[in-house]
Amino acid sequence: MSRRKRNDKRSLSDELKWWDTFPWWGIAIVAILSWMGYQIVTKDSYDLAWDRVIPGISITITATLQAFAIALALGLLAGMGQLSKNVIFRNLARTYVEFIRGIPILPLIFTVALVLLPQLQNALGFKLSFQMRATVTLAFIYGAYMAEIFRGGIQSIAIGQVEAGRSLGLSRRQTMNSIVLPQAMRAIIPPLGNDFIAILKDTSLLSVLGVLEITQRARQFSASTFKFREGYFVLAFIYLILTLGLSLLLGVLERRMTRDDRGVRSNRGID
Amino acid sequence: MISIKNLSKTFNKNIHAVKDVDLEIAEGEVVVIVGPSGSGKSTVLRCINRLEIPTKGSISIDGVELTDPECDIDTIRAEVGMVFQQFNLFPHLTVKENICLAQRKVRKRSKSESNEMTMKQLLRVGIPDKADSYPRQLSGGQQQRVAIARSLAMEPKIMLFDEPTSALDPEMVKEVLDVMLELASEGMTMAVVTHEMGFAKAAGDRLVFMDEGMVVEIGPPGQVFENPAEQRTRDFFDKILY
Ligand SMILES: Nc1ncnc2c1ncn2[C@@H]1O[C@H](COP(=O)(O)OP(=O)(O)OP(=O)(O)O)[C@@H](O)[C@H]1O
Ligand SMILES: [Mg+2]
Repeated sequence: MSRRKRNDKRSLSDELKWWDTFPWWGIAIVAILSWMGYQIVTKDSYDLAWDRVIPGISITITATLQAFAIALALGLLAGMGQLSKNVIFRNLARTYVEFIRGIPILPLIFTVALVLLPQLQNALGFKLSFQMRATVTLAFIYGAYMAEIFRGGIQSIAIGQVEAGRSLGLSRRQTMNSIVLPQAMRAIIPPLGNDFIAILKDTSLLSVLGVLEITQRARQFSASTFKFREGYFVLAFIYLILTLGLSLLLGVLERRMTRDDRGVRSNRGID
Repeated sequence: MISIKNLSKTFNKNIHAVKDVDLEIAEGEVVVIVGPSGSGKSTVLRCINRLEIPTKGSISIDGVELTDPECDIDTIRAEVGMVFQQFNLFPHLTVKENICLAQRKVRKRSKSESNEMTMKQLLRVGIPDKADSYPRQLSGGQQQRVAIARSLAMEPKIMLFDEPTSALDPEMVKEVLDVMLELASEGMTMAVVTHEMGFAKAAGDRLVFMDEGMVVEIGPPGQVFENPAEQRTRDFFDKILY
């Protein structure tokens, strides 16, 4: 290790150079994507893989959107449930959250999709399609994660806000809807966005249940043709495009929702 | 108008914040509550609109028993304005929206009615030009005046103030006290926790001195202040008026 020279020319300044803040990673990612895209488009060997995998994208996207929507509802319910005055709601919600959070996602998928949901179906007498059962499984899992996001967001709002609302005569519900939730959204939206992307990626786990989304299709293709490179290369490319596109979109949304003109700024630290 | 009988409040089974307080507040009366930190002033005030639930005793407002589990607390709270030390404006709403919210949802006023009332109250507290600002764009004194306007817009029968000027820079204290003085002179029933003795003398009908959760002394502000009957009261005033 060479020690830094004493009269080093570096100046003590907190001004960052352009190359220090430039998003090089963005360039790198775009380069990687272009290279992958170029291979897929120009090399014939990828055509078949692409044709076999891409039809699964509608299932991937539908499952993502449905699972996100259901998880959102479950999360809100369980998040508020944990803060409820009612001891039964509170403990039901807590049981659900702790149960899910204590088991890794893959075993959970088997447990929920193959054990819990079928039994629930029998007990309550409803029937879900196979794909829907897989989607609900994912939603059920993410609902618990989101519950924690909602609970944390709501609890981050100072008690004084609730007291001000209640002392004006607003009911608990009115205070929650008009005062607490709109403010909590600032804290809730960014992690929910992360979960949205995480759900998209975790739809790949539904392949273990045999759902014909893109991962399952890539697996089937590769296993039957032994073209592992082509199959998984295409698969990775599709996921990257989807997740990067989504995070760009969410970034815009987040910036809009947490913009300074509505009061408190989202807290990103002082750096 | 407000009748507090035997009020006790215990937190966590062993913190006796308020012990056997009796206090009557007549219509139009301004009662100022003083006392050392932790003496239970806020707790008494907060019991009056049931932000704290009394452990023992009773509180009635206009004959309605607050400790009755059947009473509609939201309706009562709409009649009892509360101003907090930390203002507690809603940061995601403009000044106007802050003031309109409860008028619309609780008083069920129309948009134009509530707008009109909002402007009237903003004029009264001297900042009609801030209607479209967000709370963080206002000074502390202005924020507290908005908080007062927000309560007044509900046309409450009683106003409770919990150290409304304690979080303010000295130069802003007066603008808030002026609003409160005017309110008192208009005959509003008020219970005010404050250490502003000037206000107590100018507007207070009675001064309540509390210590260790109990009411130690009640009387006309001038008298309690200059010639306290109790040694504890005397010690307290000696301390705050170096
Ligand atoms: N929510 C609570 N939980 C536990 N203890 C509390 C709670 N609120 C108040 N106390 C305690 O009750 C006592 C009275 O508190 P209170 O806030 O009424 O005093 P105060 O006279 O308003 O004091 P200050 O001048 O500091 O505002 C204090 O000992 C306080 O620590
Ligand atoms: Mg206090």
